[in-house]
Amino acid sequence: MATSTAAADAPAGAGPTRRTARRKVRRWSRRDTLVVSLMLGIPTLLNILFVWLPAFTSVGLSLTSWDGIGLDQIKWVGLRNYQEIFTIYPPFWPALEHNVIWLLFFVLIPTPFGLFLAVLLDRQIKGSRIYQGAIYLPVVLSLAIVGFIWQLVYSNDQGLINELLKDVGLNPVNWLGDSHVNLWAVLVAASWRHVGYMMILYLAGLKGVDPSLKEAAAIDGASERQTFFRVVFPSLRPVNIVVIVITVIESLRAFDLVYIINGGFNGLELLSALVTQNIIGEASRIGYGSAIAVIMMLISTVFIIIYITRIFKEEPQ
Amino acid sequence: MPKKATAGIMKAFSDKNGATVKINTVDHNTFQEQINNYLQGRPDDVITWFAGYRMRFFAKKGLLGDISDVWTQVGSQFSSAMKKASTGEDGKQYFIPLDNYAWAVFYRKSVFQQHGYEVPKTWDQYVALSAKMQKDNLPVAFADQDGWPAFGTFDYLNMRVNGYDFHVSLMAGKEAWDSPKVAKVFDTWKQILPYYQTGALGRTWQEGAQGLLQKKTGMYLLGGFVSQQFTNKEDLDDLDFFPFPEIDSTVGTDAVEAPIDGYMMAKRPKNEAGAKKLLTYLSSAAAEEGYLKVDPSNIAVNNGASSAGYNALQKKQQVLIAQAKSISQFLDRDADPTFASTVAIPSFQDFLKNPNNIASTLKKMEAQKKSIYSE
Repeated sequence: MATSTAAADAPAGAGPTRRTARRKVRRWSRRDTLVVSLMLGIPTLLNILFVWLPAFTSVGLSLTSWDGIGLDQIKWVGLRNYQEIFTIYPPFWPALEHNVIWLLFFVLIPTPFGLFLAVLLDRQIKGSRIYQGAIYLPVVLSLAIVGFIWQLVYSNDQGLINELLKDVGLNPVNWLGDSHVNLWAVLVAASWRHVGYMMILYLAGLKGVDPSLKEAAAIDGASERQTFFRVVFPSLRPVNIVVIVITVIESLRAFDLVYIINGGFNGLELLSALVTQNIIGEASRIGYGSAIAVIMMLISTVFIIIYITRIFKEEPQ
Repeated sequence: MPKKATAGIMKAFSDKNGATVKINTVDHNTFQEQINNYLQGRPDDVITWFAGYRMRFFAKKGLLGDISDVWTQVGSQFSSAMKKASTGEDGKQYFIPLDNYAWAVFYRKSVFQQHGYEVPKTWDQYVALSAKMQKDNLPVAFADQDGWPAFGTFDYLNMRVNGYDFHVSLMAGKEAWDSPKVAKVFDTWKQILPYYQTGALGRTWQEGAQGLLQKKTGMYLLGGFVSQQFTNKEDLDDLDFFPFPEIDSTVGTDAVEAPIDGYMMAKRPKNEAGAKKLLTYLSSAAAEEGYLKVDPSNIAVNNGASSAGYNALQKKQQVLIAQAKSISQFLDRDADPTFASTVAIPSFQDFLKNPNNIASTLKKMEAQKKSIYSE
C-alpha cells in the first residue's frame, strides 16, 4: 500500500522506473511460477485433503445408513438421520443445551478469571514465576489425567470433597452421578484447566502493552481501574480475539473429560460425546453419527463466520 | 484379558509346537472401540473376543474365518450350550470359548451370619431381605456410573419374569420394548429401588465392590469379577454368592448370565494351519487350566478342565453354570451393540432417576430400536 501511494505521488520523471518495476512483477520466471504454485498448491491440497474432503464426506455420509463395514453397504436414506435425531433421540437436545452452557460458562467465568490472574501476575509480585507455573500446570496435563484427578476429588464414596463434607457433618453430594450437579462439577474441573490457558495468553498480551501508555494515563490522573479498563484492556484487543476463538473452539470440542467420567451419559451429554458413541464405539452407526457431526460443524461455522467477518472488517484500517 | 495369563498359555503352546506366537496386546476398551476397523484392515490371525451376537455380527459380515473343522475335532470336550454360543447364524463355528464367569448376588458370609440373614430363594424373600438390610443400615449395593452394570439386573429380571426365550427375542429386536411384558420387568425392578445404595449413577462397579468389601452394603448383584477387588485372602474366603432368586415359579431359575470370552480367527489368516493349531490348543483343558492359574476370577469351559485349582467361589460358579439350561451373554453382547450403547444405557439410567416415567422411556426405546434394527 505504502509503495503504490509513493509511486502515484512520484513526479512524472519517474515514469520509466515505474514501468520496469511493474514489468518485473508481471513477468515471472518459470522458477517463480513454480515456487508460487508450490507454496499455494501444497497448503491448498492439504487443506482440501484434510479439511474439505472429510467435511464433505461427513455431510454425504450423514444422509446415509452405514455400519462401517464394506463400502457397498452404504444406503441412501436422505434426511432420515436428521429427522430422527431431532425427534426420537433423547440425548440430542440436552447435549446441545450442555454445549451452550459450556460455552457461556467458559466465556463468563474462567476467561475473566484468567485475565484477573494475568493482571495480578503482571505486577512482578514475589514468586510470580512459581504462581505462573502452578496455574499453568493443568494445561500441560492431558484432559484424560485431569479427568482422573477430578474423579478422585468428586468420587461419591471415596472422594475428597465428600469426605470433607462428612467430617463437618454435611450430607455428601453425588457430584458425578446427579444429573443436576455433574455438568457444573465437570465445568469446574474443565475451568481449572482453562484458567491457566487464558492466563498465559493474557500475560503475553499484557507484556506487549506499551508501558508508556500506562504512564501517560497515570500522568493524566487516571485511577488504576480507569487505566485498566480504558487503556490497557482496549489495547489487548488482538489477544481478546484469540481468546474468544479459543474459548469457542474449546467449548465445542469439549469431550475428553465427560467421556472419561461416564462416557457422556446421564447429564453429561455433549455433541462430541454423542458423535463418539455412535461412530467410534462398536456401535458404528456412521450415518447417524455423521449427522450429529454435521450439526456440530454448522454451529462452529456460525462462530467462524462471525470471526472472519470481524477480521476482514479490520483489515482496511 | 489379563496379559500375564495370556502370555503364559501362548508360551506353553510355543514350547509344545516349536512355533512362536506373537502377541499383540491392546487395551480392552480401545480394542472394543476399534474392532470394526481392525477386522477390516490386516488383523492378526487369532483374535480374542466375546461369544454371542457380537461374534455373530462379524461372522455375518464375512470378517471371520470358519473354524468348523477345529470344532469337529474338539467339540466333544464342550457342552452344547458352549457350541451354540460359538456358532454363527449360518450354522458354522467361528469361536473357541476359553473361559466364562457367572453373574450372581454376592455377599459376605460374616455379614449374613452377624445379622442372621438367610439366602433368599424367591423374589418376595429377596425383597424382604433387602428391607431388613435397610433397617440394619446396610443398603443393597448398586453402581451404574459406567452405564453397563445395570444391564445385569435387567437381564436377570427379564429372564426370571418372562423367560430366556423372550429375553433372547427382545435382545434380537423381535419384541417390543413398550410391551406390557417389559413394563412388568421394570415394575418388578421398582420394588427394590428404595433399598439400593443412593447415588448409584455416580459410582463405578469397583467402588460398589469396595462397599461390599468394607461391609457397608449387604449384597451386590455383579459378575464373578467382583472378587478382583477382594485382594486379601481372608476377605475372599468370606465372599459368597447366591443365584438370582425365582420370580415366577412357571419360569424357574434355569437361566444364568455367564458371558464367555474366547478366540476367533481372521477371515484370511497369514498362516491358517498355524492359526487353527493354536485354536485347537486354546480349546484344550490344559490351556484353560494354565490360563486360570494366573487369573482365578473366571472358570474354564472345557468339560475336561480340572477344577482342582479352583477356589470355593470358582467351584460354586462352575456348578451354577453347569446346571443352567440356558446361558445369556449380557445385554451388550446379546443385543445390537448400537442399541446397547446409545439407547439402553441412557434409558436405564433414566429409569433409575425417574422410575415413574418408565412408560415414556420405553416408548422412546422402542422408537429407537425400530430405527436401529432396521438399518
